[in-house]
Amino acid sequence: MLDKVDRSAPAARADATRRAGRLLSRRQALGALAIAGSALSAGPLVGALAAAQGTARQGGSTHEGDPAVDARRWAMVIDLRRCDGCKKCTDACQAKHYLPPEQEWIKVYTLRDRTGTEFAIPRLCMHCEDPPCVRVCPVTATFVDRNGLVLVDQDKCIGCRLCIAACPYEARYFNWTEPNIKPPLPTTATPEFPSPQQRGTVGKCVLCVHNITQGQLPYCVEACTMDAIYIGDLDEDVATNGTETVRLSTFLSENNAIRLKEELNTRPRVWYIPGHGEDLLW
Amino acid sequence: MVGAAAERHAATALIDAAFRPVRAPGRWFWPTLGVLVAMVAVAMAGYGYQLFAGLWVAGYTDAAFYGIYEANLVAFIGVSYGGALVSAVLRLTNAPWRTPITRMAEATALVSLLVGASFAIIHLGRPERIWQLFLFPQAASPIVWDMVAIATYLAATLIFLYLPLIPDLALARDRLGPSAGRLRRAFYRVAAVGWGGTPHQRRRLNWSVGAIAVLIIPLAITVHSVLAWAFSMTSRPGWHSTIFGPYFVLGALYSGVALVIVVVAAFRRAYQLEPYIGLRHFVSLSRIMAVLGAVYLYFTFSEMLTAAYVRTRDEASIVAVLLEGSFAVPFWVFLIGGVLVPIALSLAARQVRYLVVAAALAVVGMWLKRLLITLPSATVPLIGDVWGTVQVTWVAIVITLGAAAAIPLGLMVIFRFVPILAVDEMAEFDAHRPSAEPSSKRPLRAEAIP
Repeated sequence: MLDKVDRSAPAARADATRRAGRLLSRRQALGALAIAGSALSAGPLVGALAAAQGTARQGGSTHEGDPAVDARRWAMVIDLRRCDGCKKCTDACQAKHYLPPEQEWIKVYTLRDRTGTEFAIPRLCMHCEDPPCVRVCPVTATFVDRNGLVLVDQDKCIGCRLCIAACPYEARYFNWTEPNIKPPLPTTATPEFPSPQQRGTVGKCVLCVHNITQGQLPYCVEACTMDAIYIGDLDEDVATNGTETVRLSTFLSENNAIRLKEELNTRPRVWYIPGHGEDLLW
Repeated sequence: MVGAAAERHAATALIDAAFRPVRAPGRWFWPTLGVLVAMVAVAMAGYGYQLFAGLWVAGYTDAAFYGIYEANLVAFIGVSYGGALVSAVLRLTNAPWRTPITRMAEATALVSLLVGASFAIIHLGRPERIWQLFLFPQAASPIVWDMVAIATYLAATLIFLYLPLIPDLALARDRLGPSAGRLRRAFYRVAAVGWGGTPHQRRRLNWSVGAIAVLIIPLAITVHSVLAWAFSMTSRPGWHSTIFGPYFVLGALYSGVALVIVVVAAFRRAYQLEPYIGLRHFVSLSRIMAVLGAVYLYFTFSEMLTAAYVRTRDEASIVAVLLEGSFAVPFWVFLIGGVLVPIALSLAARQVRYLVVAAALAVVGMWLKRLLITLPSATVPLIGDVWGTVQVTWVAIVITLGAAAAIPLGLMVIFRFVPILAVDEMAEFDAHRPSAEPSSKRPLRAEAIP
């Protein structure tokens, strides 16, 4: 399924994203997610997991079309034990979203742990459940979509940058100049796929919502050769890095997953699995 | 009858002095105006270039997303507050020496507010979408609070300048000869709204001026608190501080009173107002400024001590860059040159020129302080330890200089149309002195403006 989708027109696909998101039932979307995993690994276990969950949640399909029930709770897990800081995620994200080099929607920081050893940590938008950026926006240009993703409507943004000030994770970027990297095909920018970006507005990680609602992996997950990045759904309790699929809650608890700046109560949807003794208190 | 004649003469001289800029502003007026207009024009050209090229020309980057424009916004709206306070508080406390300076203070409040508020637009990435703030305001956003507060305060400042002006406009209407030109006379006729100085009108006016003087104090506090909250409603170290509202209010008062001193001194000299504004006015204003400066010093100390003592990592890093890091030079320049020296000079000096130097130092020092509030917290790393770098560009400089020039320019234009001294109030004060006859206002109104 991954290969069948035309990659040259991502924004055109994004246009259809909202419609597709609404049409896909829980089961279908879950299946798509699982297929995304199995397409790469082709493990029978993955198929079994997906089938088991599909059966368990069959009741969900009777609510088809109901946004409240249909909605997903997208989540990400980054396994720092595997991340080697190669920045392939950044490169893929920038290339596929047509970003200028200074906009790293997923940015790999090099930090030091307690012992002074360096380690790499990719930071993307945390898609907080209580996002400070959304609260301070004067014109509701930035918002949380029904699947829990924090997006920016660049048609509305007035460029006051208070959201940049409010974000504790430095995850927001400003188009200080006219974006000079444009998609090859003329496209219509949407909050889900804001390309071409507009000068004087804010851009940020969209968690590749245009991909994940269609059963595709986010570009960063796809590009990670270490399989360190997982995309998942908290409701379905499943996550995949494209190679293996895991039960999300178990995966998080067994590996002592943490979230960044927990003390700020932003409740991020991105978890980190520490592995080098990082205290992650920067 | 000798006393009455002398009083008539004094009244004539007062009207003459107050209307001097309206009639013939002197040979320096047009050259000065030309220079100021040129500066504003260059600033507008710079802004035009910024609109054309994008905000990067002002030196911004993602790691330094706020800077000089935000500092200007706070600094210029801040000095506006001082003008409003001087006039309002002195009115309410009925300080008798206030009358020659209230007009200039109120006009300064209006002009600097307009200049300051314009930075709310200049710093936007998409200024053409500003209307969205009115159509789709999100009530939880501090920027929406800002907009409401600034708009309300602007209306109040306009009213505060206009109300006490009505009798003086009537004076101009009645006594300015045909040489003033048809348009200008029509302006006075409309603007004086039928003022005849009747006891009924006077009672109404006094009540209204008193009411707006009371109102404008909480309004000005609101405006500056909300401005501070736009910063402190974020979790950034250095900004997320409970002291920020009052801290900004005090900074605004201190710098505002300082600017009033500078403005009064400049116009006193340019328009020969020495007979009405003397050393005592400057001494009184300077004492107020020194007290406010001392309180500001205390706030600064209090804020930095709590951050430096507990030493949570982020807060301590802000204090460290200010005291001994990359912002140390401007910080100590501010602390010594912008607060300590002005306070000492204001209290010790007994010559107008030194008091004005102290005030000018305070104005510039407080502008620097606004940069020191904005920049460290906008460049501090929230993850990792790489600080953003601050760039100073010619666009930001010419726009800032143009904004600074716009204040004297606006005041010069205003005083081309309305008297620079509150003639009616000054005459009224004389009337209430025990030595003066109760009717001393009458001859004033009968006097033709030479």
